[in-house]
Amino acid sequence: MQVELRVQRYDPERDKTPHWEKYVVQSEPMDRVLDLLHRVKWESDGSLTFRRSCAHGVCGSDAMMINGRNRLACKIRVDQLGRKISVAPLPGMKVIKDLVVDMDEFFAKYRSVMPYLMADDEPPANEERRQSAHDRERYDDTTKCILCAACTSSCPSFWAQPEYVGPAAIVNAHRFVFDSRDDHAHERLEILADQDGVWRCRTIFNCVDACPRGINITRAILEVNGAIGERR
Amino acid sequence: MGQVPIHEYQAVIVGAGGAGLWAALELARNGVKAAVLTKLYPTRSHTGAAQGGICAALGNQEEDHPEWHMYDTIKGGDYLVDQDAAEILAKEAIETVIQLEHMGLPFNRTADGKIDQRRFGGHTRNFGEAPVRRACYAADRTGHMILQTLYQQCIKHGVEFFDEYHVVDVLIEDGVTRGVVGYCIADGSLHVFRSAAVMFATGGFGRMFKITSNAFSLTGDGCALAYRRGVPLEDMEFFQFHPTGIVGIGILLSEAARGEGGILRNDLGERFMERYAPTMLDLAPRDMVSRAIVTEIRAGRGIGGKDYVYMDLTHLGKKVIDEKLPDITEFARVYQGIEPITQPVPIQPTAHYAMGGIPTTNESRVIIDEKNTVLPGLYAAGECACVSVHGANRLGTNSLLDILVFGRRAGLSMTQDVRAASGALPELPAAAAEPVRAEIEAMRSRPRGENAQHIRIELADAMMEDCGVFRTAQSLNDMTRKLRALRARYADVAIKDTGRVFNTELLEAREVGYLLDCAEATVAAALARTESRGGHYREDFPERNDADWLKHSLAYRAEGGPDLKYKPVTITKFQPKPRTY
Repeated sequence: MQVELRVQRYDPERDKTPHWEKYVVQSEPMDRVLDLLHRVKWESDGSLTFRRSCAHGVCGSDAMMINGRNRLACKIRVDQLGRKISVAPLPGMKVIKDLVVDMDEFFAKYRSVMPYLMADDEPPANEERRQSAHDRERYDDTTKCILCAACTSSCPSFWAQPEYVGPAAIVNAHRFVFDSRDDHAHERLEILADQDGVWRCRTIFNCVDACPRGINITRAILEVNGAIGERR
Repeated sequence: MGQVPIHEYQAVIVGAGGAGLWAALELARNGVKAAVLTKLYPTRSHTGAAQGGICAALGNQEEDHPEWHMYDTIKGGDYLVDQDAAEILAKEAIETVIQLEHMGLPFNRTADGKIDQRRFGGHTRNFGEAPVRRACYAADRTGHMILQTLYQQCIKHGVEFFDEYHVVDVLIEDGVTRGVVGYCIADGSLHVFRSAAVMFATGGFGRMFKITSNAFSLTGDGCALAYRRGVPLEDMEFFQFHPTGIVGIGILLSEAARGEGGILRNDLGERFMERYAPTMLDLAPRDMVSRAIVTEIRAGRGIGGKDYVYMDLTHLGKKVIDEKLPDITEFARVYQGIEPITQPVPIQPTAHYAMGGIPTTNESRVIIDEKNTVLPGLYAAGECACVSVHGANRLGTNSLLDILVFGRRAGLSMTQDVRAASGALPELPAAAAEPVRAEIEAMRSRPRGENAQHIRIELADAMMEDCGVFRTAQSLNDMTRKLRALRARYADVAIKDTGRVFNTELLEAREVGYLLDCAEATVAAALARTESRGGHYREDFPERNDADWLKHSLAYRAEGGPDLKYKPVTITKFQPKPRTY
């Protein structure tokens, strides 16, 4: 079958503003959008630029806006989209070239929530800390995050207020706030209680729709919110 | 041309997967000024795709000992493993896994809160008696959790990263390593990194095969750059085909699926592994299972006579599948439209792992000959390296272990060596970035020529056919000829994108050159080795031949094709025996 693929292009060395280009691409129904982008790049236009690596939804490189929703190009199939497919860079992010966006701010926000275990006690020598399966389950969902930025860049609160720390950073804070081995939840909650923290969430649920890992992000944000409330 | 910026670090690490990150952590803890360069973002590294687990003889579920793990590793590697290295791997596995837990890794837990363990291919109790529960895991995203946890610790310890810097040359002059040249993807500028210690942790090169589980980024960059600078590549003929890849696209369905009880079936519904490995059955080592599958397919017993068989998980039930194998069953749903709870999953072997690579000592220092002569200032660990702990065939979970144990050792060696030199930096070669700048500009300015991606696709198709699960002298001779022709065409590659900003067409064309180098070494070593051992199976020489071939190959780059030398295998505790499961 033939698919009409429209891609938002922007080359900072040539273009003042982004524009759309249309490609007609041969496709099988089980092809992924990434396959179509590769077909264009390898066969007709080598300058089409996008990030990708693992090509099966675990590295988080190829998040982009596909038919108006944030998706991983390697995880969405043509038969889920139809014969007209439009691809644009993640919204609300600075575009570097074509589908490549600047990720620096996104990772800076991730780092700002202290996304690493901080335990005060010395761990036992030569053996693991104990953690019950129940306590482990408490933060299981938020360990799945692959930092693809699909959630944060789908969030209208982020679009309106780019300083908002965003759902991805909150998800990664949640992963440690609710880990029974960690002793510094209060510091992360302090950061997230800031005016650019969790309060900016308007429970619009775009993030949940966008997450390629199926993380219940809005629930995680509400749980962090609740933890801030309990603390006060 | 502009001035090339020069950055000075005591140590530079190329690659930010498990090996590179753990090395970086060791350096940071020891106060060594180090930089990590990665052509991706660290969390995109392919360590994150590892699914099933990391083995360590913790004995949390049943009796286990490092010596059993060592034995399994050696036997799994068809006795080409250096046994001193395997002993280190099995012993240090325990502290490595414990340290990961202390760093915060969310392992699955036993009823008493310890790290849970499950079965995995080739891992046995009491020297081969029966499968043992040795693989520690975090659902089926163990690699993801290792990568995340190490990156988190690197942030905590202030490790300096150069994200999206593609290393395009390693500076070696007068037998001493002096640094690397990096290409900043964002603006196309070249940067020289002057350093006394350079570590390659660049991963594998599975993209030289058509059907592969490897990321697009796994193009053998570190191996090829070292090879071009005179470092040999060891045991390149040994490439692992994982039995259970998704048909057509190669995405991996982890061995954990068989560890939890999944069964392989042919078109007749037979559990065919009963004929090939009566004791270990579906959990025999990967090379044996892959050959069994291809043998079934060749005999016309593939599903509907086609080139795949089934992996059957339907008897495991929804609970086990949802709790223990969520990611890989999702792969089947997304990429095949199959529901593994109720339907068998079509699978075929997929190129997965390079046992060979840059030869190193047990301290992760790069060596350049059969006498184990160290090349000062160069280190390697992980899939790009060959210690050799995997020999002719790697056991499942041992790659995650390898990257961490020997990544850490690389960090410690670099710390020692940098301190011994009192932090002095070597002199840079004159105009250090010029050779690679000339290469890049030649490609960028060629008005018309070959499409590099067409060369890559032809290479990958041919390697799958001629240098895959089964090989013969004829197929390898054919492949040698094809490679020569592809190389000639590669010299004439042209690109359409002549820009500076984020020119991925240029970098992907360079990557094809790395793959051609790795393929050349692989095919030459495979043609020379007239025996079958582990992942290297010669239909014209189907038996293992210890009298002539119990030795490692070293392939050196040379005009007209690689020169091959050999070095002995280190044998300490376990004399070679026939390998049955």
